[in-house]
Amino acid sequence: MRYIEPHGHMVSLVTDDYLDMATAGCQAVCEPAFWAGFDRSSADGFHDYFCQLTEHEPKRAARFGLPHFCWLCINPKESEDIALADDVLALIPKFLDRPTVLGIGEIGLNKNSRNEVKVLEKHVDLAAREQQLILVHTPHLEDKLKGTRLILDVLQSDSRIRPERCIIDHVEEHTVRRVLDAGFWAGMTLYPESKCTSARAVDIVEMYGAERVWMNSACDWGVSVPLAVPYAALEMRRRGHSAEAVDRLIYQNPIRFLSQCPKFKLPA
Amino acid sequence: MTRQKLLDLYFMDARARLIDLAAFLDRIDRGQGEADFRLNALRQAIAELGKPDQGRAERVLLSLSDPTLEPIAAAPGKGAIGAYPG
Repeated sequence: MRYIEPHGHMVSLVTDDYLDMATAGCQAVCEPAFWAGFDRSSADGFHDYFCQLTEHEPKRAARFGLPHFCWLCINPKESEDIALADDVLALIPKFLDRPTVLGIGEIGLNKNSRNEVKVLEKHVDLAAREQQLILVHTPHLEDKLKGTRLILDVLQSDSRIRPERCIIDHVEEHTVRRVLDAGFWAGMTLYPESKCTSARAVDIVEMYGAERVWMNSACDWGVSVPLAVPYAALEMRRRGHSAEAVDRLIYQNPIRFLSQCPKFKLPA
Repeated sequence: MTRQKLLDLYFMDARARLIDLAAFLDRIDRGQGEADFRLNALRQAIAELGKPDQGRAERVLLSLSDPTLEPIAAAPGKGAIGAYPG
């Protein structure tokens, strides 16, 4: 089995996790910028974080033969402070030319506040101006439905945004249809408690198809499983899906989306 | 996949989760003090399981979701609690 981990917060993981992922067939990891679990006090903290994502983490992954890519933004959990967000947004263009940066993400909403929406619009504008791919985080639990609607409104109201260059992550049964119907890619995040279990993710694939869908573990410092994608692949095989169908979903699909950024290349 | 095979694959897991849910409701009954809106939200969501038509998972999620469309004035914090207080 081979797979891409298209959404993993590797800075939260121990090096043994890299070993396990490489052993399980991981061919590349992609790391969106994320909330650290605490609020950073200034843009300087983000500067260091972006250096960690673009310099240090690729070296750690390379020890296991894993290409490491990343996405940059200020996460919606820290978007309530508009002044801080503006400072961070001003930093991002300096990093966009770095060889492993794939685009802007994971932007989106958390509690669906007015300031979060403003910062989302600023990120979308930056992505459009810089012709970057977009990776979107949708809110948790009771906030997901409303947040997904608001996010779709923001993206669809900007005529520069092409849906096929955006992935809207953490979809569940009540949001996946409107994301796919609008022409966007949909990400299913495999979590033990919230978001999707493996069984539900495979249900969604069976109901809505696998044309513009990927699966990720989003493994971070919370309750999450770095090997969630290969576990979901096993779930597919138990259900009778072919090895080719599994490969298409967990390997070829992420490559198809991510290759829209010319910097995403796997070793021959 | 046949229903028989799906039962072979998932029946024990569903059974265990169902008993866990039943035990949780018993535990709440044995508890002290007033419950909050989450208990009612959960009971309403459970009612979706008894309906015969497809889309139970989607309807459970919808029943626990904020149905409004306007952004709120300011984020009250960072976390979500799993049900909409109304």
